[in-house]
Amino acid sequence: MTVCIAGAGTIGSLLAAHLARVTDVSVLVRREEHARALNEKGLRVSGRSDFTARLTAATDPADLPVPELVIVASKGNDLEGIAARLEGEFVGATVMTIQNGLGAEEVVARRGAWPLLSSVTFMSGTRHSDTHVEYVLDTATWIGPFRETSPADARRVAELIVSAGLKAEAFDDLRPAQWSKLIFNATVNGVAALTGLAHDTHFAEPPLGELVHELMDEGKAAATAAGVELGEDPWEMNVLATQRGARHSPSMLEDVRARRPTEVELINGSLVRSAQANGVAVPLQEAIYALVRGKEASYS
Amino acid sequence: VRICVVGCGAVGSLFAANLAQLDDVEVWAYDAAQPHVDAINAGGLRLSGAGDVVGRLRATTDASTLPPCDYGIVATKAMHTEAAVAATAHAFADGSVATVQNGIGNEETLKRHVERVIRGTTFPAGKLLEPGHVQWDVKGDTTLGPYDDRTPLDVVERLADACTRGGMPTTAVADARGPQWRKVIFNASTNPIGALTGLAHGPVCERPDLRALVSGLVEEGKAVAAAQGIELDADPEELIDHAAKPEVAYGHKASMLQDVEAKRQTEIDYLNGGIVRFGREHDVPTPLNQAIWALVKGVEASW
Repeated sequence: MTVCIAGAGTIGSLLAAHLARVTDVSVLVRREEHARALNEKGLRVSGRSDFTARLTAATDPADLPVPELVIVASKGNDLEGIAARLEGEFVGATVMTIQNGLGAEEVVARRGAWPLLSSVTFMSGTRHSDTHVEYVLDTATWIGPFRETSPADARRVAELIVSAGLKAEAFDDLRPAQWSKLIFNATVNGVAALTGLAHDTHFAEPPLGELVHELMDEGKAAATAAGVELGEDPWEMNVLATQRGARHSPSMLEDVRARRPTEVELINGSLVRSAQANGVAVPLQEAIYALVRGKEASYS
Repeated sequence: VRICVVGCGAVGSLFAANLAQLDDVEVWAYDAAQPHVDAINAGGLRLSGAGDVVGRLRATTDASTLPPCDYGIVATKAMHTEAAVAATAHAFADGSVATVQNGIGNEETLKRHVERVIRGTTFPAGKLLEPGHVQWDVKGDTTLGPYDDRTPLDVVERLADACTRGGMPTTAVADARGPQWRKVIFNASTNPIGALTGLAHGPVCERPDLRALVSGLVEEGKAVAAAQGIELDADPEELIDHAAKPEVAYGHKASMLQDVEAKRQTEIDYLNGGIVRFGREHDVPTPLNQAIWALVKGVEASW
């Protein structure tokens, strides 16, 4: 299965480099110098893996071979832009989204009739440069069907990713996993961005842990109202992650530190909007959402 | 009348320097900052800005040198109340002690050390520019009232009269909890929002989502006040909208935001923390105040 990775941030780079070891991989990027660097130097992975992958990169999809699978791996804020550039391209390919939050599938679906897969990823890394990414957390990517795809399609992609040395699992219905991650992310990212705390034991102990627990309870009520039975319990995911002692800096904290726009709309915004649409009160999640948006507004 | 200001920072200095203008008042100041105390003793305590005043008074960092006083005015940051009052209580054995601090719970701390306690709320503000010199940013009123029946109202009236004559307009009332809770609710509903977002007061009020959060915090505070039988002297919402005007405090960075930027401990325990505590005692749920309190405690833990 040939693959095009659209958007080479941390997750996109990790996927592109690993998959290039088992199949033909092209990369669609936004900047010319990024494409040139990848074509000239390849893409180096350090950390849990250590190799340099050879791949083809371009800023225009017309310059790339038509792949069988496109993984749209841009950050949430760049999703609209990259989806617009895919419009009319790669006819016949299956497209898979991997963004945080909810609604990435719909954004892509509006741009073309490709069969669509959904996914969420728990792996993490640090992007050191255009051509160097460090693989940090080797947690799984979960994949499920979304539009005109079957569980078998999801399984084939999961098998490809596993064969490339990453972790992946296919689900008949991804929404339980997606919502577990959504609740986890909305809470942990939001609280981290507002307090300046990395994801550490403060998140599992009073007084902050109590707030985290209440935020997750609101999220679970929103999931139930959306007709979703959760996969993993987000509070247990939180406790486990803090016990590992990695003191991971959530991406929203990194964004706020660098005074960059965050993914608050896709993550917290989509949770709050879903709850409101289903008539569920989530006052604490609304507070976190408003505060993070206020923090973004303070940059200027 | 001999009055000692305990904690001679910005607000304490406004009281000390203005009271020192009166012939019938002898002013002392107790403060932990030696350079500030030395400057006051050498050249007086100077205010500039909203009023230009130089007060001649005696300042000390050594509480044991304080003479017996008729009144104390406590103006430390709330987290320093206990230590400051424990050190100075001997000077007020026959006197009365007023608090003009932010937050709730300061009176209870005073009461553990002195017999006669006066509840107070003050709106004037300033900042310490250099030792012995304070900028007076905002003029405003002060309200004083007896904390309990151990403090006669006429004792409160004498202090209010002295403050007013000195240039700090002050009213004595039988129950000062209304003004106090209005200010606490105002501070608890706006200061931490500025501290968490980095936004000044005006921009917080302009954003509908944040303004809704502010109102949610105000509603909880009002419910806690009502459960205690406290009648607010005015709606905190009016104060919030008034302060958001360009000519008032649109661009003002809340003191808590200044604390967070300087990585100084905030007064969150005495604002939202106080509302949560009193709410719990009176069975009034305060989930938003609790959330904001936990977030600011998280900010403090991140330093």
